[in-house]
Amino acid sequence: MINSKYFFQGFSCIKKMDSPAIALGTCFIAIGSLLKNLGFSIQESIFSTLLTYALPGSLVMAESLLVGASLINIFLAVWLVNARLYPMTVSLMPLLMHESQPKWKYYLSCHFIAVSAWLIMKSNHEAVEKKNRIDFWIGIGTATWTVAIIGTIIGFLASDYLNKDMMIGLAIVNPVYFSCMMLGAMKTIQISLSIILGAILGPLFFFISPEWSILFGGFIAGTIAFFVGELNVK
Amino acid sequence: MSSSIVYAILVTSFATYLSRFLGVISAEKIKETSKWFRWFNCLAYSTLAALIARAIIFPAGVLSESDYLTRLIVIISSILIFHFTKRNLVYPTVFSAIILALLNNYFS
Repeated sequence: MINSKYFFQGFSCIKKMDSPAIALGTCFIAIGSLLKNLGFSIQESIFSTLLTYALPGSLVMAESLLVGASLINIFLAVWLVNARLYPMTVSLMPLLMHESQPKWKYYLSCHFIAVSAWLIMKSNHEAVEKKNRIDFWIGIGTATWTVAIIGTIIGFLASDYLNKDMMIGLAIVNPVYFSCMMLGAMKTIQISLSIILGAILGPLFFFISPEWSILFGGFIAGTIAFFVGELNVK
Repeated sequence: MSSSIVYAILVTSFATYLSRFLGVISAEKIKETSKWFRWFNCLAYSTLAALIARAIIFPAGVLSESDYLTRLIVIISSILIFHFTKRNLVYPTVFSAIILALLNNYFS
């Protein structure tokens, strides 16, 4: 069903030098602590990370609950902030799909698509034959998912001992980790330009529409980078 | 479990899984050598960069309580550490957490 050799090879990525374990762990410690302060039980906090496994979405849910938003508002706000997962999935799955593998693996393992696991898979996929990439991916996803759940539990339990400064310190780890990972990914003109323009246009569009800034900024930046890259190749 | 919290978690999970699920369906028709794939690749990286830049400049949650200039100094020094430690990710991440907590404590 799942090739254990490639599963554990993927799982062990969590121990490597570019491992997201620290960044992911600290972020979910902050989330666990935040959820406890919002009145979540430990079961609800674990349930939230287990089912959602996307940090910005969990933050939006927490903030929406705080202001008493309706379920429809929560759905729309989370969908908007997590819509970035769509292009991430479309740009990863063709690298993993193989006719010999059952489709359920793709539909279930897409739950693991989050920035950390996605960046690891993008930079390691060439080292694994296409047929076995999905099992490798399930290994990476299971490892990062486990770290997120353990982080949530630690954050929930340590909530009373974490002061505001510590929480702020934990919250910066995620942007720092992803900024460094993105810098490491800048290997072609298209990707470099996508990252630079995205980082400029995302915050700029915030002045026009905070809710749509990531999607608008990302869409325009990515499209410009694509055409510049294509022209450059020609 | 409180039912309103459980419903909020279920709605959040559904809204998140929807983008992933639709991504898998779309990916079935896209070859990794096609222009569509390259375009989506650009969109994925640019959207991520937009998200990270927004999280630094206009943060949500507890990070918004820290000073903008302090955050920027911590991010730039962490990136420099990443560069000078041969792209080691442990040093800049640990450094950023400790320094921002200390600076925030000192200036607040």
